[in-house]
Amino acid sequence: MTEPQFAGLQDGYPDYMRASIEKVEATRPRRLKEGTLAPMSAEARADLLEAWHPDYKADRKREIAVGASMGDRMPLEVADLLEAYPTVDPDSIDLSKPDFDVSVLILGGGGAASVAALHAVDEGIAPSEILMVTKLRHGDCNSVMAQGGIQAADRENDSPSIHYLDVLGGGHYTNKPELVRALVEDGPRMIEWHEKLGVLYDRVGPDYLEAHGGGTSRMRMHSAKDYTGLEIMRVLKDEVLNIGIPTLEFSPAIDLLLDEAGNAAGAVLFNLETEEQVVVRARATVLATGGFGRLHIQGFPTTNHYGATADGLVMAYRAGARLIDMDSVQYHPTGVAYPAAILGQLATEKLRNQGAEPVDAEGESFVFPLEPRDVESAAIIRQCYGEDKGIETPSGIRGVWLDTPMIDEIHGPGTLKSRLAAMWMMWHRHGIDITVDPALVFPTLHYQNGGVEINADAATAIPGLFAGGEVAGGVHGKNRLMGNSLLDYNVFGRRAGISAARWAKEQTGPSTLSLAHVKSYVEDLKSAGVDEDRKAPMILPDYRREAVTARRLDALQ
Amino acid sequence: MADEKLTQIYIMGKAYDVPIGVTIMDAMEYAGYRFIRGAGCRSGFCGACGTVYRKAGEYRLEFVLACQEMVEEGMYLTQLPFTPAPRSDYVLDELDPNENVLLQHYPEIARCVSCNTCTKACPQEIEVMDYIQAALRGDVARAAELSFDCIACGLCAMRCPADIKHYHVGQMARRLHSKADLPIPEHLTARLGQLDGGTFDEQMDALAGASLDELKAKYAERVIEKAEAPEAATEEVTT
Repeated sequence: MTEPQFAGLQDGYPDYMRASIEKVEATRPRRLKEGTLAPMSAEARADLLEAWHPDYKADRKREIAVGASMGDRMPLEVADLLEAYPTVDPDSIDLSKPDFDVSVLILGGGGAASVAALHAVDEGIAPSEILMVTKLRHGDCNSVMAQGGIQAADRENDSPSIHYLDVLGGGHYTNKPELVRALVEDGPRMIEWHEKLGVLYDRVGPDYLEAHGGGTSRMRMHSAKDYTGLEIMRVLKDEVLNIGIPTLEFSPAIDLLLDEAGNAAGAVLFNLETEEQVVVRARATVLATGGFGRLHIQGFPTTNHYGATADGLVMAYRAGARLIDMDSVQYHPTGVAYPAAILGQLATEKLRNQGAEPVDAEGESFVFPLEPRDVESAAIIRQCYGEDKGIETPSGIRGVWLDTPMIDEIHGPGTLKSRLAAMWMMWHRHGIDITVDPALVFPTLHYQNGGVEINADAATAIPGLFAGGEVAGGVHGKNRLMGNSLLDYNVFGRRAGISAARWAKEQTGPSTLSLAHVKSYVEDLKSAGVDEDRKAPMILPDYRREAVTARRLDALQ
Repeated sequence: MADEKLTQIYIMGKAYDVPIGVTIMDAMEYAGYRFIRGAGCRSGFCGACGTVYRKAGEYRLEFVLACQEMVEEGMYLTQLPFTPAPRSDYVLDELDPNENVLLQHYPEIARCVSCNTCTKACPQEIEVMDYIQAALRGDVARAAELSFDCIACGLCAMRCPADIKHYHVGQMARRLHSKADLPIPEHLTARLGQLDGGTFDEQMDALAGASLDELKAKYAERVIEKAEAPEAATEEVTT
């Protein structure tokens, strides 16, 4: 590893931060002895959220002017993409000769897509009758980046009903109850499925090592070090390869296709490398395109992968799907605040469930470490900008310390490096040893709480279109708990795959493909007076610097 | 950008001035590249951005992830966003977890000359050669454990003089280890029996029918399970 090229750095941190780190070290023995602060009351949580959570800033949202969820308030960045014209004129696309004709088309290449594909096969669809298409590579997704764990109520002192209450309370009772029930009742079944596929969950003797997450009342977080998402995703991908389910990479969908009856009938894809259109006709379509972190809502950095640009929301909405809970965004309490090179990357909640607590510049704790995420985030923002007790970085960002050396103090030397290998490595690459020094953190844009409305069978309002994973909404209400996103994509990826297979088997004869719904949406946009320069889906964010893009020529004919 | 001071790097041989204190990935975007391949999770977990560089005046090739490594003056770099590395299909349930099973699927591991080039190429600092040697010995558990942090960037396979596809061997070892050595915990099997038998149906129906006030009261009454004291007494198996 090379040392960062900064002057005045001491073990990775600028000299001026050392005084604050010494305060953290000075209060650590007392904090370890006294234990953490107690969880907040429901009233205290509500007041804190109202005052400090980014979701509660009214001027950063607007009512959407068109479509099935017209009048719903959404972040401006989301509204801008929904109130947008297609990037490709529907009349320029030749639908007469589909390039692929399949039973089940799966849009996406992450966790939900892979689970859906495997379950469609279990439900009797031949692998060759399925097509999985993805914007980047199979496995380039948020699922692979999840670190901390997956919830499932499988211990004797736990039950689906206790899990249900945790989820509903964490989501401020706004979740769709039938979806929460499916989530918690299927949990143990999904863990068993993973076991049969050969996922390696952490063990203590013959049992699982299970821990708390923010807002849980039982220890039900299953983990695979802090590579939980990676471990599950790579096994799913390996199995998709073993079974031989065809996959088309670097070919994102840009619009859904419907048939004359208004049923989902496939999608138009865009080959990112050759820039060709690809038309897929399908009897059933699964939407598993993930979330929207790369929209950088309210200017936040994000933990999300490069392709998380809400394309699925855009396509489904144009085709008539309803969106729910789109007014709420998840900011993970602990994104990296320093060093700037990894700003906003995830510092897993597992650091806190293993004992690290957030402390301010004075070395004092200010919040129970495992509040639900929205509450924990608001507390950190308040400490930095309300109490003015944050630590400012050289790039002008404020953060608080996450006192990571507490983990080995509590559980014994070596614990952090073995249970949180990815975290140790991430800071180690920048010259910081988090077993010795605390980590500087601030909330980061993490998860799309809402999405396309589904029912417990993962069916959307569009017949033949099923959805699962982050693109779907309702499971988590206005706030998701740690460890329920991995569970969500498994539970609803499975249900989407099964429902799609059953639907596909019932269809007879090839359908006539149409983009009439897109043309009609364009008319609605025009009537609403939407600026014609606004285009969607985004497909990829553009991080080139403006000095370059401003001088760009389109000279290659 | 933390620092507006610029330094010169060479992207596929062509010079660009980029800021100090940013990752190779950010520097390439600053220079004007828009990634299609070579960028994935941007957090060090997906292996899409394997990158090779050599610094001016140095003889060694370095192997890193573009999203995690900081730029340095005089880097000559290129990305290797794809690894042609065929894998062996298998049916996990039908595998006989004998000591030769990895060798049967990947006979080229027998060609390992213990040069350790794979280990030196690993941006995750995995002891790659050691897990290939474990696989060769038939020690599936050890191969699984040592390869656990693998993100399948493929740089090991690109460097290997024996043409071993290390990361596929590691993947198979991990699944095999889970299946063969770690039985499903009894409490999970018991819970599945309860779910199938409808043990919780009544509770769940009651919750589904509860009013908002009842749900809030139940939520407030929850007793938070206390985390146990340090697990020093029990033997822990992390993988």
